[in-house]
Amino acid sequence: MKKFKQFVNSFLLVELLKGLMVTGRHMFSPKVTIQYPEEKTPQSPRFRGIHALRSYPNGEERCIACKLCEAVCPAAAITIDAGVRESDGSRRTTKYEIDLFKCIFCGFCEESCPVDSIVETRVFEYHFEEQGAQILTKEKLLEIGLIHEEQLAQDIEADAKYR
Amino acid sequence: MSDVDFVDWAMTLIWILVKIVLIILPLVLAVAYATYAERKLIGYMQLRLGPNRVGPKGWLQPIADTVKLIMKEIVVPQGSSKVLFIIAPILFIGPSFAAWAVVPFDAGLVLADINLGLLYILAMTSIGVYGVIIAGWASNSKYAFLGAMRSAAQIVSYELAMGFALVGVLMCSQSTNLGDIVTSQSGGILSWYWLPLFPLLVVYWISGVAETNRAPFDMAEGESEIVAGFHVEYGGMAFSLFFLAEYANMILISFLTAIMFFGGWLSPFEGLGVLEEWTAWIPGTIWLLIKASWFLFMLFWLRATFPRFRYDQIMRLGWKIFIPVTLVWLPVVAIIIKAGWLD
Repeated sequence: MKKFKQFVNSFLLVELLKGLMVTGRHMFSPKVTIQYPEEKTPQSPRFRGIHALRSYPNGEERCIACKLCEAVCPAAAITIDAGVRESDGSRRTTKYEIDLFKCIFCGFCEESCPVDSIVETRVFEYHFEEQGAQILTKEKLLEIGLIHEEQLAQDIEADAKYR
Repeated sequence: MSDVDFVDWAMTLIWILVKIVLIILPLVLAVAYATYAERKLIGYMQLRLGPNRVGPKGWLQPIADTVKLIMKEIVVPQGSSKVLFIIAPILFIGPSFAAWAVVPFDAGLVLADINLGLLYILAMTSIGVYGVIIAGWASNSKYAFLGAMRSAAQIVSYELAMGFALVGVLMCSQSTNLGDIVTSQSGGILSWYWLPLFPLLVVYWISGVAETNRAPFDMAEGESEIVAGFHVEYGGMAFSLFFLAEYANMILISFLTAIMFFGGWLSPFEGLGVLEEWTAWIPGTIWLLIKASWFLFMLFWLRATFPRFRYDQIMRLGWKIFIPVTLVWLPVVAIIIKAGWLD
C-alpha cells in the first residue's frame, strides 16, 4: 500500500509540483539583495578594516613601542623599530610598518595593545595604485587615525565592557 | 527557359526572404530578452534582484552582453579539427531557425504551409544534434566530448517519447499540417487537445525540456561536472551562436506546445458568448504569444526549481516511464476518437 502510494505520488509529480509552488511563492516575496554602492550592510563596532594608529587629544601619539603587536601578529605583517625620541627622551617607534598584503585582519594587534594605539577602523573600501603602496608607514597610519578618531573612540567605548 | 517568368520568380524569392527576416529578427530579439527574463525571474525566485544596472531596471543588459560577445575573439584550440570547429555552431543554429518556417502565427500567417509540418519540425529539432556532436568532437577536449555524447544519447532517447506524444496529436487532428492541427482544435478552451491528451502533453513538455538541453535535463552542459559541455572551447560569436540556437529552440518548443495542445492562435473564449465578443478584437498572434510566453516562463521556472538529474535517471525516465506512458495512452486516444467523444 505504501509502495502504491509512493508510486502514485511520483507518477503524478506531486513532490515536483510542491517544489514549483515554493519557488513560485518566493517570486513574489520581498527581495533581500543589498544594492552595494548605494546601500550597505550594518557594521559591528568590532569591525576589522584598515589599520590606524591613534593619538591622544593633545596630539601625542599613543604608541610606546612595546612591540606586543609585532610579537602577536600571526602573519608577521608588522615591523617595528624602537628608539629614544630626541625631544623628551621617551621610548617611541622610529619605524612602524604594516604590510597589508601579509595582514589577515585577525585583530590580534588591536587586542594586544596596552594603550589602544593600533586599531582597526571600519574602512574596508581602499585600493593601491602602485607597488609598495600596500605598506602602511607610521605617517600614513597616524593620518588614518586622525581622520577616524571620533568613530574609533566611540567603537572602543562601546566594546570596552567586554574586554 | 523562355517560359520561366523571371520577374515573378524574383518577386517570390524576395517576398520569401522578407518573410524570413520578419521571423528571424523578432526571434533574435526575443532570444536576447529571454535571457534577460530568465536571469530576472530566476533571481526573483531566489530572492535576488537579477541584473538591474545596465540601463533602467537592467533593460539594456542583453545589448551589453551581445556587444561583449561580438567583441570577443574566437579562439580555435590547438589540435582541434578547424573546419568542423567552425561549421558546428552553424549546423546547430541552422535547423533551429529553419524549424520556424512551418510555425503558423495566425490563420494563414505561415512561411511554408506544408502538409508534413509535424515531421519537418521533428526532423529539424533532431538534426541540431549533429552540431552538438561535431562541436564536441572537433574541440579536441574531453569535457566537450563527454557533453556531446551525453547530449546525443539524451536527444535520441527523448525524441522517441516526443514522437509518440505527437502521434496522439496526429490521431486527434488527422493532419500533420500545423495550421490544420490548430483549426481542428477550434471550439473553445475545452476542445483544445490538452484535455484528451493530458498525459501526452506532460510527456511532450518534459521531453521538450530534455530535447533543448535545459535544466533539470542539462546533462550536456552540466556546469558543475563538465564545465560547459560541448561548447566549452567556444567563445565570442561562435559561443553566442550556440546560445542563440538553444534559446531559439526553447522558444520553438513553447510555441509548439501552444500550437499542438493549447489551440495555437485560437481565442480561449470561443463559444462563450459575451466574452468572445469582448475579446474578438485581439488578433490570434497575440493569443499565441501569450500561450507561448507562459510555456517559456515554465521553462525558467523549472530551471529555478529543480536540481540536475543524474544521467541514468534521465535515461530511466525517458525509456522506462515516458515511452510506456505514451504507448498506454495512444489506445485510450483511439477509443476516445472512435467513441466520438472528441467532437
